Amino acid sequence: MSQRHLLALFNDFDEAVAAIAELRGANIKGFDIDDLILKSPIEHPEVEKVLGDKPVNVQWFTLIGACMGGLLAFFLVASAQANFFSQIKGGKPIVPLPPDFVLTYEMFILGGVFITILGFLICAGLPAKRSPLYSAKVSEDQIGILVQGDESAVAIFKTIFTKHKALEIQEEAGK
Amino acid sequence: MGKDIREDIAWAQINKDVLKSLESPRRMYWVILFIAIAMIGVAVGCEIYQYTTGMGVANKNNSHVWSLYIATFIFWIGMSHSGTLLSAILHLMHADWRKPIYRFAEAMTTFSLMTAGLFVLVHLGRLWMVYYVMPYPNERWVWPNFQSPLVWDMFAIATYLSSSVLFLYVGMIPDLAICRDNIHAGWRKKLYTVMSLGWEGTDRQWRNFRITYLTIACFLIPLAVSVHSIVASDFAMSNMPGWHVTSFPPYFVAGALYSGCAAIITLFIILRYVFKFEEYMTLPIMKKLVRLTFAIAMVWTYLNLIEFASVWYGHDQTAKDQLIFKATGPYAPYFWAMIFFGSILPLMLAFKRFQTHLPILFVVSILLNVGMWLERWMIISPSFAHGHYPWTWDHDQWPSLVQWGIVFGSFGWFTLLFMVFCKVFPSVSMYEVKEMVYHRSLALKHKPAVKGDY
Repeated sequence: MSQRHLLALFNDFDEAVAAIAELRGANIKGFDIDDLILKSPIEHPEVEKVLGDKPVNVQWFTLIGACMGGLLAFFLVASAQANFFSQIKGGKPIVPLPPDFVLTYEMFILGGVFITILGFLICAGLPAKRSPLYSAKVSEDQIGILVQGDESAVAIFKTIFTKHKALEIQEEAGK
Repeated sequence: MGKDIREDIAWAQINKDVLKSLESPRRMYWVILFIAIAMIGVAVGCEIYQYTTGMGVANKNNSHVWSLYIATFIFWIGMSHSGTLLSAILHLMHADWRKPIYRFAEAMTTFSLMTAGLFVLVHLGRLWMVYYVMPYPNERWVWPNFQSPLVWDMFAIATYLSSSVLFLYVGMIPDLAICRDNIHAGWRKKLYTVMSLGWEGTDRQWRNFRITYLTIACFLIPLAVSVHSIVASDFAMSNMPGWHVTSFPPYFVAGALYSGCAAIITLFIILRYVFKFEEYMTLPIMKKLVRLTFAIAMVWTYLNLIEFASVWYGHDQTAKDQLIFKATGPYAPYFWAMIFFGSILPLMLAFKRFQTHLPILFVVSILLNVGMWLERWMIISPSFAHGHYPWTWDHDQWPSLVQWGIVFGSFGWFTLLFMVFCKVFPSVSMYEVKEMVYHRSLALKHKPAVKGDY
């Protein structure tokens, strides 16, 4: 059966949350709550109560980026110092650890920042083409709930959305 | 104290007000832009003259190898720190009053770093040899000394600049999506479409955005401190009288935050007027900003006294002589002006009546930065004028007009970059102001009824 996509726009965040809770409870054919997408003009961490906890993996990128940045800097600087014997050291260590720590520290941060951004783009699915069911109202003041389900589920979706005072419901055939 | 922002302000209105700033600023905007371009013209003329004639025209000599260029370089590096203070530190502390004003403070960070970078090039003189400073293995016999604070500087500033640009950009993505959705044609539409990366405000995007922003904020705080500590190390690790002071790194960091906060006050007043942001850049927010500036001014004053005391009670007679020379010699007027503008004038900020008086604050904030610029000059020139060896003393050196012209023009360069940014990108964070309004209206709704409310 072909899949349908629906985007419902709400004025009130609480109504949108109530609609999600009801969708979660209703046993709708071809609908999975994990496929539901909430679109909002601001961040609503409280929505996790109804959508469930979803993992964020950006921190792993941060850890890897920071460690790699620090290690890379230290080994680059140390190998440059250790390979250039004509630089007069006057009996001082060829690879002096305390001053090298400064550059290691700077590159630890730089690596962490760069790879965090990369992780953000990967984890958030950016850059992306905007979905056809996007409303500019979402970036203004309305909450959007995007769902997909079987054709037979469309009527149930609409009933639930209308019950929770959806301002507008957009519909599109799935790919 | 009144409210930082009205809780009943409509979200659509926030979009409308901020987007309007991208299109129709007051006429003053164009006046400022014109003045900035004229100032850049002066600097470009001076730089061309210096470039074609030689560094001699800057009137630097063997004692005074560093002069206004390096003083101004430190000034601009310092100026960048308050963007980080407002956006990162106050973000971690959940101080939501920062939300309407942090975006332009972040932009200020980026552009002041870009201005500071120019001074390194100007100071080098022989611009065609600029690649010599890049620390990569080469056969030129000019090997980068990785133990030198000057090389650390290059790494630290490059890290700070790239991280600040990314922090500014990432924080702006949701707002760029708003611009994309509301501007209907032309190059701006294309720019916002590309830069917003297809942001739709989905729960997945917000979830990852929140962690990313927080993580970069956590990185930026130690980075900002390290950058100015390293700049302080350029001085403190040398053996020049007056520079070899343990408290230099915190002193530099405090001075950086101080001048940055003062600059934020100046820009706050300008943007509030030019872009009609009276609803967002409110007087209660200004009051908090002024109090923060006052607190940092007192920290700076304390560290200044610590620096003088360490020299005075220390055993380095040359450093002590040099301090006396600063306070009584040819630099005395500038030294005492620095003390007045940096430590005495900010006492005004403790008085409630001045904390929201915009014309007075505008003048005071500029004078505070004059004081902070003098501070950097007073660190550099008197030390070179009165060093360890009497035969190197040169008390009468005065920077040439070429130096003054380039320093003057740098303010135009910064202003131009900053004002163009504010016209092309939203200088008030729309989504964060909405968050502020949302949370405050929720708090108001859930506020327990008190006696007498019936």
